[in-house]
Amino acid sequence: MAGSTPASATASPAGAPPGGPGGAPAARAAQSVSPWTEAWRRFKRHRLAFWSLWLLGTLVAAVLLGPLFYKVGINEVDFSAKLSTPSWKHPMGTDDLGRDILARVLYGGRISLAVGLAAMLMAVTVGVFIGAVAGMARGWVDAALMWVTDLFLSLPQLPLLLLLIFLFREPLKAAFGLEMGIFILIVVVIGGFRWMPVARLVRAQFFSLREKEFVEAARALGASVPRQVVRHILPNSLGPVIVAATIDIAAAIIAESTLSFLGLGFPPDIPTWGRILYDGRDYMDLAMHWALFPGIAIFLTVLTINFIGDGLRDALDPRRVL
Amino acid sequence: MAAAWSDRAPLPNSAIAHSSTSAPLLNYIIRRLLIALPSLLGISLVLFTVLALAPGDPFEDLANNPNVPPEVRMALRAQFGLDDPIWERYLRWLGSMLQGDWGFSFVSRIDVDTLIGQRIGVTIAVIGMSQLVALLVALPVGVLAAVKPYSWFDRIASTLAFVGFSLPTFFTGVLFILLFSVQLGWFPFVYRADLSSTGWQWWVDQFKQSIMPIMVLGLFQAASWMRYVRSAVLDVIRLDYVTTARSKGLAERTVINKHVVRNALIPVVTLVALQMPAVFGGAIVTEQIFRIPGIGSLLIDAILRNDTPVIMAVTFVFSCLVIFFNLVADVLYGWLDPRISYR
Amino acid sequence: MPLLDIRGLKTHFKTEDGWLHAVDGVDIAIDAGQTVCVVGESGCGKSVTAKTVMKLIDMPPGKIVAGQVLWQGRDLVPLGPQEMQKIRAKEIAIIFQEPMTSLNPVYTVGAQIAESIRLHEGLSKREALNRAVEMLRLVNIPTPERRVYDYPHQFSGGMRQRVMIAIALACSPKLLIADEPTTALDVTIQAQILELMVELKERMGMAILLITHAMGVVAETAQRVVVMYAGKVVEEASVEDLFARPRHPYTQGLIRSIPRIDTAATHKVRLEAIAGTVPKLINPAEGCRFADRCKHAMPACRSATPPLVEATPGHKVACILEAALA
Repeated sequence: MAGSTPASATASPAGAPPGGPGGAPAARAAQSVSPWTEAWRRFKRHRLAFWSLWLLGTLVAAVLLGPLFYKVGINEVDFSAKLSTPSWKHPMGTDDLGRDILARVLYGGRISLAVGLAAMLMAVTVGVFIGAVAGMARGWVDAALMWVTDLFLSLPQLPLLLLLIFLFREPLKAAFGLEMGIFILIVVVIGGFRWMPVARLVRAQFFSLREKEFVEAARALGASVPRQVVRHILPNSLGPVIVAATIDIAAAIIAESTLSFLGLGFPPDIPTWGRILYDGRDYMDLAMHWALFPGIAIFLTVLTINFIGDGLRDALDPRRVL
Repeated sequence: MAAAWSDRAPLPNSAIAHSSTSAPLLNYIIRRLLIALPSLLGISLVLFTVLALAPGDPFEDLANNPNVPPEVRMALRAQFGLDDPIWERYLRWLGSMLQGDWGFSFVSRIDVDTLIGQRIGVTIAVIGMSQLVALLVALPVGVLAAVKPYSWFDRIASTLAFVGFSLPTFFTGVLFILLFSVQLGWFPFVYRADLSSTGWQWWVDQFKQSIMPIMVLGLFQAASWMRYVRSAVLDVIRLDYVTTARSKGLAERTVINKHVVRNALIPVVTLVALQMPAVFGGAIVTEQIFRIPGIGSLLIDAILRNDTPVIMAVTFVFSCLVIFFNLVADVLYGWLDPRISYR
Repeated sequence: MPLLDIRGLKTHFKTEDGWLHAVDGVDIAIDAGQTVCVVGESGCGKSVTAKTVMKLIDMPPGKIVAGQVLWQGRDLVPLGPQEMQKIRAKEIAIIFQEPMTSLNPVYTVGAQIAESIRLHEGLSKREALNRAVEMLRLVNIPTPERRVYDYPHQFSGGMRQRVMIAIALACSPKLLIADEPTTALDVTIQAQILELMVELKERMGMAILLITHAMGVVAETAQRVVVMYAGKVVEEASVEDLFARPRHPYTQGLIRSIPRIDTAATHKVRLEAIAGTVPKLINPAEGCRFADRCKHAMPACRSATPPLVEATPGHKVACILEAALA
C-alpha cells in the first residue's frame, strides 16, 4: 500500500513518497547532507520533541544557573513564614519549617539531573560492553551473557534496589562521605538495573552489522577485532543506543525520586525532588504547593525527556517499530 | 516506567521446540517450566549472595536487639549457620525455604510465611485489577489510534499516553488523594483490611477504598501499553494478509478485530511480560501511599526495621511472581502464535 | 456488454512532493470467460489498477481522480464500503504476488477459506469447512481433509499460492484478478500454478485478469493482452496479433528482450535492453511518456500525449507514428 506512517503519533504526518507505484524517487534537489543534518531535520519535524528540547534546556539552565541569581538558602528556617503559599518572596511557597521551596527544588534538580546522567552513563557503558562482547563473540560466550542478561531482567527491580541501598548505605557513607557515598550507591544500583535493554539492542545491532560488507572489507584489510568494533560497528549502532539512553535518563530520575519518596534514597536532609514530595504529602490539604511543585518538576523533566527520546527515535532509528 | 527499546525484544529463553503429535502446547508449557526453574535458582542465588556479601552482618543487629529472645537468636545463628562457608549457608537456606520453613519475623513475632500469607492476597488483588483496567483501556484506545493515525484521536491519545507514563505513580497517587479524598471526599485514603460492613455494603466499601490505588497503577500501565498496542497494530495493518482479508469482503471492523488485533497482541504480550518487575515496583509505591497492607508495604517496613527473614522471603516471593508472569507470557505467546508451539 | 469495463481510470497518490499519477487514464475491457493479461515493467501501474478495481487502495493517500469501473454495467467507483464488500470475493476475487505473507499466520488454512464462504453464503461452520476441503482438493492439495487444519507456515510457497487460489475461488466469482501470482515462485511451480488457474477457469467459466511482467506467461495464458507503461495503456491486442506484429516501440522492446534459447546456438544475438529508465510520475509532463527511450521519437511526440487508437481491427496502439503508418 502506498504511504508509510512513522511510529510516533506526536510527529507531524509526513506523507512519505510511496514505494511501489511509479517508482518515483523523492524529487529533492540532490544535496549531499550528512546523516546528522538529516537526522536533525527529521527531529525538527517532531514538534513536541522540538519544543521539549527547549523546555528541558530551560529547566536545566534554571537548575544550574538559578542558584547564582536566586540566593535563598535551602535550609533557612523561618517559622514565621511556615506553610505560606506562593508569593513574590517565596515563589513556590514554604514548607512547615519556613524553608523556601523554590530553592530546595532547584537544589534537588541538580541532584536529579546528576543522578539521571550518571546512571544512564553507567547503564550505557555496561550495556554496550556486554552487548558488544556477546555480539562479536557469539557461541557459548554469547549464550552465557544472554542468560545473565535474562536473569537480571527477571529480577524484581524495586525490592532489590531497596535491599541493596539498605545494606550498603553505611559502608559507602563511611568510605566516601555522606552525599558522595549515597550518590555512588544510587547511581550504581539504578544503572545496574538498566543495562540489559541496552545490551540486547547492541547485541542485535552487532549481529546484523557484523556481516555487512564494510565490516568484511575492514577485516580483509587486516583490521583486528577491537578495531573493527570501535571504528566500524559501534558508530553505526549508535542510533538506537542514543534513543535508549535518553529514555534511561528519565527512568533513572523516576527511580531516584521513588527511592527518596520511600525514604531510602538520599539522607532526609538533602532535598531531592522525591524527598520534598514525601515531606509534603501529609500537608496536601493545608499546603498543597509543597508537594505539587516538586511533583510538577519531576513530571515536566521526565515528560520532556520522553518526548525528546521519541523525536530521536524518529530521527535516528526510522524503522517504524516501537 | 516504559522501558521502550527499539529492538523487538526477543522472547526470554524462547527455545526451539520439536513438534510432537500429541498436545504440543502442553509440551511447550512443560519445557518452559523447566527453563524457569534455573532462573529461579539463579535469582535466589543472587539474593542470597547480596545479603551474604553485605558488610556488617545483618544478623549482628538482631543479636544485639534486646527484643529478640536468646533462644531465637541462637536458633537463627544455627539456621543461617553464620560461620559456615557461603555455599553451605545458601544450600541450607534454600533447603529450608523449599521445605516451607521461611523463618520467623522478629518484628511481628509470627512465622514469616503466615505473615506473607496474610498480606499477599491484597497485593495480588490490587495488581490483578490494575492490569485488567490497563488492558481494558489500552487495547481499544491503542487499536483506534493506530487505525486512524494522526487523527485528532490519535494525537490526543498518544500525548495523553506520554503524560501518563511521565507522571510517577507516587505523584499521581498523592494528587488523587488530594482530589478525591480531600477535596471531594468520595473515597477514603487509608485502606482497611478489616472492613466492618457485610454483604453488599462490604463490596461498596471495598470498591471505594481500592479504586484509587487500582486506577493509579492501572492508568500508568495503560499509558505505556497503549503505545505498544498502537505500534504493533501499525506494523500489522500494513501486512499483506490484512489486504487479503479485506479482499474477501470482510467489514473493516472484522478485519481489524479478527485479523489485525490477534497478530498485534503477540509482540505486546512479550513487552508486557517484560514490564512485570516494574509493575511490582509500582505496587510497592502505591501500597505505601494508600497504606495498603500488602507485601509491598511489608517489605518497606521490614527494611526500615531490619527484619531480615521477612526481607529475604518477600524479595524471594517477588522474584517468584516475576518468573511466574514470564511463564504466563511465554504460554500466552505460544498459544497466540501457532508457529511457536510447532517449531 | 463486457464483464468488466475500466474506462479512463486515473488513480493518483498524494505525496510530499506532489501528486503521483500512478494510473493515468487506463481503459481495459474483459468479457465473460476471457483471459486478459496486463503486462508492463515494475511501477507501470498495473497492480494499482487491479487494486483500484477492488477498491483495496488506501484512500488517503490514494484517490480515484477520474474514470469508471463498470462491473456488469454498474460503476464501482462511487460505491461505499458496504456495497464493495458484497462484491469482493463473491463477484470479483483477487490473489496477490507474495504467497509467503498473504495468509494470516495465526488461523488455520481451513478457517481462512471458510471465512469467505460463511460471509457470502451463510453456511454453518461445519458446512463451510467441508466446502473448504473441497476447495483444497480442487487446487490439488493432497490429503485435504487433514491439511485443512494446518497453519500457513506448514505449507510451501507453491502450496500457499494454491491455498490463496482456493480462498479466492471459494465463492465462485465471475472474475479472478491475479496480481503477479507466480513471480515469487520457482519456475517449475510457476508452470503448475498457471496450469491450475487455466484449468479452474475452464471448469468454472471464470474470466481472468492476469497481471505480469513476464512475456512468457502472457504467451502461455492470454487471449488478449494490454501493455502498460508509466501509468498508461500503450497497446492492446489479441495475443496472436501482439506477438506477430507488436506495434508500440515499448512492446517491441519487451519482446526483443526475451532471451531466446532456441536460436542462441545458431545465431548469437545481443540481448537488447531498452535504454533509459521509467520517467518520474509526480506531476508528469505532457507528451508520450516513452519518448525519452524511443528510437523513433519526434518533436511531436513530446508536445501531446498520443491517444490510444485502433491501428487494425482489434489492435489498439498509443503511438502517433504507428497510428499514421496503419
